[in-house]
Amino acid sequence: MVYPTKQTCCGQPMANSGFEHLTQGCNDLFIENFSEFDYVVSPSGSCVLHIKDHLHAEKAEDKALGIRKKIYELTEFLTDVLKVEKLTASFPHKVGVHQSCHGQRGLMLAQMTELVEAPFSKPLHLLNMVQGLELIELKRPDECCGFGGTFCVAEEAVSVKMGKDRVADHLNGGAEYITAADMSCLMHMEGILRRQNSNVKVIHIAEILNAQEF
Amino acid sequence: MSTGAKDHAQLSDIFNKDEARVDWHDETLWFVRAKRDKAAHSLPEWETLREAASQIKDNVLSNLHDYLLQFEANAEKNGIKVHWAANGEEHNKIVHSILKENGVNRIVKSKSMLTEECHLNDYLHKNDIEVIDTDLGERIVQLAEEPPSHIVLPCIHKKKEEIGELFHKHLGTLEGASDPVYLTAAARDHLRETFITRKAALTGVNFAVAETGEFVVCTNEGNADMGAHLADVHIACMGIEKLIPLRKHLSVFLRILTRSATGQPITTYSSHFKKPRPGQTMHIVLVDNGRTTQLGRADFRNSLKCIRCAACMNTCPVYRRSGGHSYHTAIAGPIGSILAPNLDMKNYADLPFASTLCGSCSNVCPVKINIHEQLYKWRQVIVKEGYADPKKAIAMKVMDFTLSNPTIYKFAGKAGRFVLKHAPFTVNNKLNLWYKHREMPEPPKQSFGEWYKQNNKND
Repeated sequence: MVYPTKQTCCGQPMANSGFEHLTQGCNDLFIENFSEFDYVVSPSGSCVLHIKDHLHAEKAEDKALGIRKKIYELTEFLTDVLKVEKLTASFPHKVGVHQSCHGQRGLMLAQMTELVEAPFSKPLHLLNMVQGLELIELKRPDECCGFGGTFCVAEEAVSVKMGKDRVADHLNGGAEYITAADMSCLMHMEGILRRQNSNVKVIHIAEILNAQEF
Repeated sequence: MSTGAKDHAQLSDIFNKDEARVDWHDETLWFVRAKRDKAAHSLPEWETLREAASQIKDNVLSNLHDYLLQFEANAEKNGIKVHWAANGEEHNKIVHSILKENGVNRIVKSKSMLTEECHLNDYLHKNDIEVIDTDLGERIVQLAEEPPSHIVLPCIHKKKEEIGELFHKHLGTLEGASDPVYLTAAARDHLRETFITRKAALTGVNFAVAETGEFVVCTNEGNADMGAHLADVHIACMGIEKLIPLRKHLSVFLRILTRSATGQPITTYSSHFKKPRPGQTMHIVLVDNGRTTQLGRADFRNSLKCIRCAACMNTCPVYRRSGGHSYHTAIAGPIGSILAPNLDMKNYADLPFASTLCGSCSNVCPVKINIHEQLYKWRQVIVKEGYADPKKAIAMKVMDFTLSNPTIYKFAGKAGRFVLKHAPFTVNNKLNLWYKHREMPEPPKQSFGEWYKQNNKND
């Protein structure tokens, strides 16, 4: 396992704002940093989706394509590649799972409520192996939190309202923690929780899968 | 729709001033989405139906020219007069000329988003022709002098009390009455009187069958039928993409349309119009109005598969919390946001950005339009064509410069953490839109990169 220290950002904030044509510098750097590895794993679904869909390089398109095929979101990697069936983690808390849209609908980490298909969920499959963890029920299990990259400031009113509603669903379900496989959704919801002086915390799923609380 | 040049973000900001109303709007439309889910899940073959519908429409778009000529020939054989309109203005003129020929100055009109798109009501009004919309929701917004806020539920933004006030003022119902049954009965009386006195009826078209030259109009209120059956002149207006090749294809589309729209198995009335009854004249106006331009845009052509069910609006978390009028165009929501820039890129440059790209719209779409991917692609086009905010363009260039260079990136990260820790007032103020309703993230002591350097035993 290696963390290439010269990495920066995948370029998604620019691309989703309509400036994909400015992301070549990011793309080149990404390829330079990651093309040598067998697998690339990231704890953020939206970054992974961006790379999978949009990593290009005029001079090294084969390398770009290679990375697009071998990049995985963390829970996807644990479930599909490492085929984890047992964890020693313990996290005795009530947890609400936020299904980040790009991970869920883009990478298909979990079945989507809109489709008439068999249910599955890679994050839940892993969380169910954590001792003591109690999953709470949500009224809307896969509604967007409203972060949306630059949307969070460009469409501030709707973004905040979406965030408040998403947080409220978790609070009504009795969550002590809100978890997700995407930092940006969590940062957005944390900003709202803290403004409300709530005791509910956000926590990345990796921290739960690695937790040793008894 | 004129909004004083306010964009989606500004109009949504105004809509969100009344949070209780936003909650009500959101819940009302979520209820419709939930009904749609229930209806879809009652059919094990749902995803197969979507795929079939999508493929039929793909075939239509690839052979549009032939199907249009086939439809025209068959419709004329059936005794229907077919007209072609290149744009909204031509469409309006054609409708007006038909009415003039028949000496008609008062008409009834059932739901047609195409006539909204072409601003037909305004045009006819200016030419001294009275139009009464006979779809209940449309009649309500017409009385309120507002455009529809939703393509299937035109007055979904109005509460029953507000409708009661409108009816009291215009239809003479009791002051303060808001019982839906009472109000609907009053509307029924009012509309029955108009149906029997108007000589011309205009309807939309849900599906036009190339094979037979017939067209199908779907309503829940029977208002299209009431209008068309009583009028001497029936004018049906349709976008050229409304075609389907064969009548049997209705067995796919009629099953998915209303399940997607409202969760009903089928519309109450799915009326087939094939030829005029004796003594009646029937016209069809085929309208392009930008559709062939869109057909020529490889990335956006399949937006023309849309059957106007509005499932994408009902599921859209942004639409539900910003209201249809915030899109300042006839067709709101996700589908409107990929259709409108084709008609006027400058005026609708904001719409593809009115989305978090969550992807729910594409998942509910019964004809599998990749709506959220098209929103992303429109953003690229709009920026390249120079319609983006210049301030944003500069910010993005700075971002590119920072993110392309690991040293500058690390410095920027450090600087950001330092500022958040030691000078929070520089970001915790009203100039920072994040901070208006959200706290800034607590700055970590170090970045992950720094932590990794200290703790990684492999190094």
